[in-house]
Amino acid sequence: MSTVTEAPVAPAAATERPPARGTRRRWTYFVLPIYSAGVVLYLLIPIAVMILYSFNQSRSHLPQVTFNWQGFTTQWYKEWNQVPGLTPAFFLSLRLGISATLISTVIGTLLALALVRYRFVGKGVGEQVLFLNIAAPEIVLGSSLLGFFITINLSTGFVTLLISHVMFSVAYVAITVRARLSVFDPMLEQAAQDLGATPWATFRKVTLPLIAPGIMAGALMAFALSIDDFVTSNFVSGNVLTFPLWVYGAVKVGIPPQVFVLGTFIFSVGVLIAIMTLVNQGRRARQLAKPAKPARAG
Amino acid sequence: MPEVDVRLERVTKEFGDTVAVDDLSVDITEGEFFSMLGPSGCGKTTTLRMIGGFEDPTYGTVYLGGRDVTDDPPYRRDVNTVFQSYALFPHLNVFDNVAFGLRRKKVGKEEIQRRVQEVMHLVDLRGFGERKPGQMSGGQQQRVALARALVNSPKVLLLDEPLGALDLKLRKQMQLELKRIQQEVGITFIYVTHDQEEAMTMSDRLAVMRRGRIEQLGEPEEVYDNPATEFVAGFLGASNLLDGEIGSHQDGITTIKLSTGSTVLVPSDRMPPDVETQVKVGVRPEKITIRNDSEDLPAGYNSVSGLLRVATYIGVSHQYKIDGPGGTELTVYVQNLGAVTPPAPGEKVSLAWRPEHTFVVKPSASLSEEEEEE
Repeated sequence: MSTVTEAPVAPAAATERPPARGTRRRWTYFVLPIYSAGVVLYLLIPIAVMILYSFNQSRSHLPQVTFNWQGFTTQWYKEWNQVPGLTPAFFLSLRLGISATLISTVIGTLLALALVRYRFVGKGVGEQVLFLNIAAPEIVLGSSLLGFFITINLSTGFVTLLISHVMFSVAYVAITVRARLSVFDPMLEQAAQDLGATPWATFRKVTLPLIAPGIMAGALMAFALSIDDFVTSNFVSGNVLTFPLWVYGAVKVGIPPQVFVLGTFIFSVGVLIAIMTLVNQGRRARQLAKPAKPARAG
Repeated sequence: MPEVDVRLERVTKEFGDTVAVDDLSVDITEGEFFSMLGPSGCGKTTTLRMIGGFEDPTYGTVYLGGRDVTDDPPYRRDVNTVFQSYALFPHLNVFDNVAFGLRRKKVGKEEIQRRVQEVMHLVDLRGFGERKPGQMSGGQQQRVALARALVNSPKVLLLDEPLGALDLKLRKQMQLELKRIQQEVGITFIYVTHDQEEAMTMSDRLAVMRRGRIEQLGEPEEVYDNPATEFVAGFLGASNLLDGEIGSHQDGITTIKLSTGSTVLVPSDRMPPDVETQVKVGVRPEKITIRNDSEDLPAGYNSVSGLLRVATYIGVSHQYKIDGPGGTELTVYVQNLGAVTPPAPGEKVSLAWRPEHTFVVKPSASLSEEEEEE
């Protein structure tokens, strides 16, 4: 065994600390924080302007957004649904966004499962098509979709809008879910089956809960894409007006302040979801960080 | 007569061109602790996975409790597995992990509560129910994996190198623990490992596997003391093998002429039935007594002489490497009794052992390098 040698008793003087060193703060220390703050500001200014001017008074006969500060008011929040045409367009966009999100989430998740779990003819092509779908300019997608709908004689309207929105969202969902699945241990599914779970029970109790964060992220992205889509929608909407299409049309005559109110509302919901996600992650991280009790012998 | 619990009948598994399991048949009886032992790639895990239902045999039949289950998916087989990676569900706490199997069987709430508590007690994990697997140490996770399988009271428990990820001390402790649990619950354990000591510590019977086939099957003592092949002799601990040729049989004693000219005596009933004249003679390192060359041999012992090259002191014993006859390297373990001065490297020594500790195997075609490394 090792030999134990006694450490010599330290002389009293050695217990005094050496002189403190000054903290080193050169100017380079501040470069990155200032740069980051600048970028964040750049990203936030348009949103801040929108929120700020949703509280601006308007004295003109037909209320519209002006960028002179006329005084604070919550009038537009009280009268948020008083603009003819805007409210129906907003609700149509919500309905469209939610439907497109639900459908594309299901299709995209199943697609991701197929791409990760199985080998089949056309798998490589399928993966390329996903990226092509994201990379293709919307103007191309929109015009070719319109051509397609005309060819098959489908009259444009809500249905064609829904088909188009699902089409461009599926790829985003599939790619986010696939990323989550690729770190998923397939042994977990075998373990579930070993414990008597049928394939369906395995999916419901093990696979789905574990890839849920990926599905959630994909769904949020799909909704965000759908709610503000303009280019594709403009081609395939027929005589139906979505929120972005209505706003675009209103620009020529002046935007009513209610547009900023609704914009602020959509943004707030997004912020709320982001905060919820952060809180949830923080709680989970703290749970995992809790030190485990030492293993008991025996 | 104990019942046969698991029967593999002429089972073969091919992956493309490679044959992982080659025409393997075995009967495993109820309540037995059965180990499959072998180097990586010998087919032991594939065999286990075919019993669990995760691989379909290319040929052959798997029976569980007398019923043909070859075509049954894993969730319809009354077996449970402890996976090498544990495969605990990270989103569920320990209680829900353990209760998973019972919930699939629609067992009542109170009974689930009771059985989970019971099995958590058995694996010494009381009070850990609320933890998530990620908050536990490797040893604790291993116990959860065991509890999750045991709580279903399966007919057979399959264990795929369950202790592989633990450190040595914990592994030794868990070996005894597993054996205790197996005796307590009385169900059949089929245990896969590449660690011969682990297999011998726990098993009632073990099968040494190589290249998809069983090289030898028997109780640990039998397999260790009477290895059937050169591979088994080499895989189960150190063995000293010398080339020889069968000479005469007389009065129940077979004389084997070593290639160096000296002779070794073996009781004839220890001769394997199917050997030809060229054989390998072996003896386990701890069966040998080492003495100075000048001393007299005890009567009736086999002996060879050699040059002591390396002496290692490891506390409980001395281990010696000796250059034996014909350029072979021999290993000797001597218990550290402290009474005599141990021989030193460079000395000429003679090694003696009793004829009944000698074993004879057929020389096998050269072992591939990967197998010798194991």
